[in-house]
Amino acid sequence: MIVNEQVAINHGLKKDEYAKICELLKRTPNITELGIFSAMWNEHCSYKSSRLHLKKLPTKGKKVIQGPGENAGVIDIEDNDAIVFKIESHNHPSFIEPYQGAATGVGGIMRDVFTMGARPIANLNSIHFGSPQHKKTKNLLRGVVHGIGGYGNCMGVPTVAGQTSFDSSYNGNILVNAMTLGLVKKDKIFYSKATGLNKPVIYVGSKTGRDGIHGASMASASFDDKIEEKKPTVQVGDPFTEKLLLEACLELMAGDSIIAIQDMGAAGLTSSSIEMASKGNLGIEINLNKVPCRETKMTPYEIMLSESQERMLIVLENGKEKQAKKIFDKWNLDFAVIGKTTNSKKIQLYFDNEKVADIPVNTLVENSPMYDRKWKKGKLPKKNKIKKGDLKNFKIIDVLKKVLANPNICSKDWIWQQYDHTVMGDTVQKPGGDAGVVRVHGTNKAVAASVDSSAVYCWAHPLTGGKQVVCESFRNLIAVGAKPVAITNCLNFGSPENEENMGEFVECVHGIGEASEYLKFPIVSGNVSFYNQTKDEGIKPTPTIGGVGLIKDYNKMITMDFKEIDNVVLVVGKTEGHLDQTLFARNILNEKNGPPPEINLFNEKNNGETLLKLIESNLIKSAHDVSLGGIITAVAKMCIKGKKGINLNKPKYLINELEYFFGEDQGRYIIEVSKKDLKKVTDILNKNAVHFDELGTISENELYIDDKTKVTIDELTSSNTKWLTDYMSN
Amino acid sequence: MKSSVITFPGSNCDRDMDVALKKFGFKNKMVWHDDAELPKSDLIVLPGGFSYGDYLRCGSMASKSKIMKSVINFANSGGMVMGICNGFQILVETGLVPGVLLRNKYLEFICKNVFVKINNKTNNYFSNIKNEVLEFHIAHNEGNYFCTKDQLKEIEDNEQIAINYCNENGKIEEQFNPNGSIKNIAGIFNKEKNILGMMPHPERMIDNCLSGEDGSIFFNNLINNLK
Repeated sequence: MIVNEQVAINHGLKKDEYAKICELLKRTPNITELGIFSAMWNEHCSYKSSRLHLKKLPTKGKKVIQGPGENAGVIDIEDNDAIVFKIESHNHPSFIEPYQGAATGVGGIMRDVFTMGARPIANLNSIHFGSPQHKKTKNLLRGVVHGIGGYGNCMGVPTVAGQTSFDSSYNGNILVNAMTLGLVKKDKIFYSKATGLNKPVIYVGSKTGRDGIHGASMASASFDDKIEEKKPTVQVGDPFTEKLLLEACLELMAGDSIIAIQDMGAAGLTSSSIEMASKGNLGIEINLNKVPCRETKMTPYEIMLSESQERMLIVLENGKEKQAKKIFDKWNLDFAVIGKTTNSKKIQLYFDNEKVADIPVNTLVENSPMYDRKWKKGKLPKKNKIKKGDLKNFKIIDVLKKVLANPNICSKDWIWQQYDHTVMGDTVQKPGGDAGVVRVHGTNKAVAASVDSSAVYCWAHPLTGGKQVVCESFRNLIAVGAKPVAITNCLNFGSPENEENMGEFVECVHGIGEASEYLKFPIVSGNVSFYNQTKDEGIKPTPTIGGVGLIKDYNKMITMDFKEIDNVVLVVGKTEGHLDQTLFARNILNEKNGPPPEINLFNEKNNGETLLKLIESNLIKSAHDVSLGGIITAVAKMCIKGKKGINLNKPKYLINELEYFFGEDQGRYIIEVSKKDLKKVTDILNKNAVHFDELGTISENELYIDDKTKVTIDELTSSNTKWLTDYMSN
Repeated sequence: MKSSVITFPGSNCDRDMDVALKKFGFKNKMVWHDDAELPKSDLIVLPGGFSYGDYLRCGSMASKSKIMKSVINFANSGGMVMGICNGFQILVETGLVPGVLLRNKYLEFICKNVFVKINNKTNNYFSNIKNEVLEFHIAHNEGNYFCTKDQLKEIEDNEQIAINYCNENGKIEEQFNPNGSIKNIAGIFNKEKNILGMMPHPERMIDNCLSGEDGSIFFNNLINNLK
């Protein structure tokens, strides 16, 4: 095939990008080379629109062993233990083919983690769908949940937490973000940097087929009416093979034969070989005839661009091939020496004794395009004047029941009961709480993890929204008694070529950076997903934050269920009654304007750290962060989980009851304290200048404010649990 | 007491079972599916997971693996063999216990705590357990036990039903049946009751801070019965 500008455009490259390729090579590329450039230079692999802004994020910290740039981030959890973790998007494939799209998303992120030598110990996911009324939503939700379960369950890795939301902006572009945590010994971490000349380059895992060719390019384009035609670009997952690959890799890693290892994810053999060469400042020579293929007559172009799953590339020490092959034979996996490292600093491919590609590695990586895209600054919307008179018509209990049944708040049991969340025998906090918690096997330590996003806040004001998501993650970890350590982010946005979408990205990233810096909660890994849009309509900006925290003694872990009658319930943090952009304003008042709740990073940090002190001193019986739906929703969930009631006090100051109970001011937690500890707790709160209000006392089985304002917990439970099951069974 | 846990390609509850058996005093060995010989054992466990990816029919490939010849001989000579979840599916495929395991009635994987009622206490697995009802944990996609009418009659006549799904008070009703199993069957024996296949995972219930502790009752009792 003759390569020209049109062929390059069909590969998703821009005219000037094609010109740059010809200039760098000082010739016209052949079709295989063009394919390689298009795979490396697309948005998904090159981060060409985001790199400039991502550089500004805080990525360092005392506990950070490895920040962004490797397969995943690594943090120190003491005693020579480390946690490897990352979140990644699989949005486009999941919309086209929900089961396989979601499944391979889970498979891909687990591979990123075990490539570094870590055994995966927990999976999480953040999934976002269109309006429940949209005709595609139900099937997409079912397919995605089955896909996540199908892969994770088979791998035997527990899925311990997640987040699901519905919003019409995802009607034409759902989000599927998958996160994995793995456990590794600090001195046994593996990296992707190749070193040494003439070292054998080994291919292991599944055979290469024609699936997923141009997957990464597809993920770098907007959807149009012809998305069905893109089905063949979705990869097909085989969790069984991945389980074997996991065990085989960990067995090989126990020895000392691996120099570098890299999984074949987006852009398959292309990106894995180039990354290893680039990091090591080396060349790599590959004989494509040696690549194990599933189908006949595959061309060099297809072999290089296939995104067949469950494959790894390894640079091995000389002379260790036999020993390594024995392990892969035991696990019935392919093992082939396909090439070697060279000092050419080029990627050189051979097929049928002919050289089919010859590209300097730096042209693909360092010289890849980087854009300073135009972006538009968002204004802080004016505060809405919600008339107090308008609120008079609402009864608290009616609103509460509606809020608890709202698709974005209701119980997600239907989803997480389809995920094996107890395999590996270390899940000490199951899904449904503020964070999932797994023990570090054989120790008293535990790791807490949570995934969060707040698209509505980010849409209303990206800068505040970006800060808020980081704070929410911080809070969720603290609420289970974990010290927040680091985060991973998955930045889901519309087109970077649209100034408004790009503005949302830039400002969200700014907000994330500011909060993460202040809270000493650095970003160690992440992924950007642009072009989440159909035709011209982008999604609401949805940065997802995956937070990880450490609990030194899991016996001190906190859960959110109310524990004991007569215990006192406090709300920690100041309640101002902010209603704009709250669930109450948007869904009950149908008022969609106004700014999101403000973030005060000082209070956020101070409230959180003080609560951790209280937890450390065994003074807290249960805790839950206040988020969507405000104080009363948080309290109701604690009642439901603990099968207990509460006698709620009326607010003592300022605001209207609805503002007080449903406002979504930030930096707040609900805590349960026994009467005998109350003074100690309030003393510590006062000493640290943390505002708190006494909310009420735990009772038997009723949420009670006054004789006209009360409801049984059974009734609240049914409001909270019915919606999703009913929706999925109709 | 010596136990052996067989690891098939795709087993993923093998470590959990190893941890549980050791916690309650068994000297446990892990045995690779491709081995021919079993170590000397008082109990063989086929663990949960997705042996061979469950691609053909759950458990069917594993039932033909090399080690299974020895397991079958061991079982036929009266040795104690316990299959949990995928292990139960493997047992069914070997024919060591009757019936089949179909896909769950609502076609969805289920992971949650359930209650089971002990139906037969005249065997080494459940004799001496004081409780009538145990809280166990299930995590499966194909646990819908089914057999023919004749088989069912035979199973009932021989008192081969080990445990049934029920509520916390031991009531066995359709509404407490998580997967559509015939007669709420959660586990069955062979005729001689030295072989037990069950869907629930007692090994996930051995710690109060996990799902619960009724698995501890089961394992403690099991090792005492074998002594």
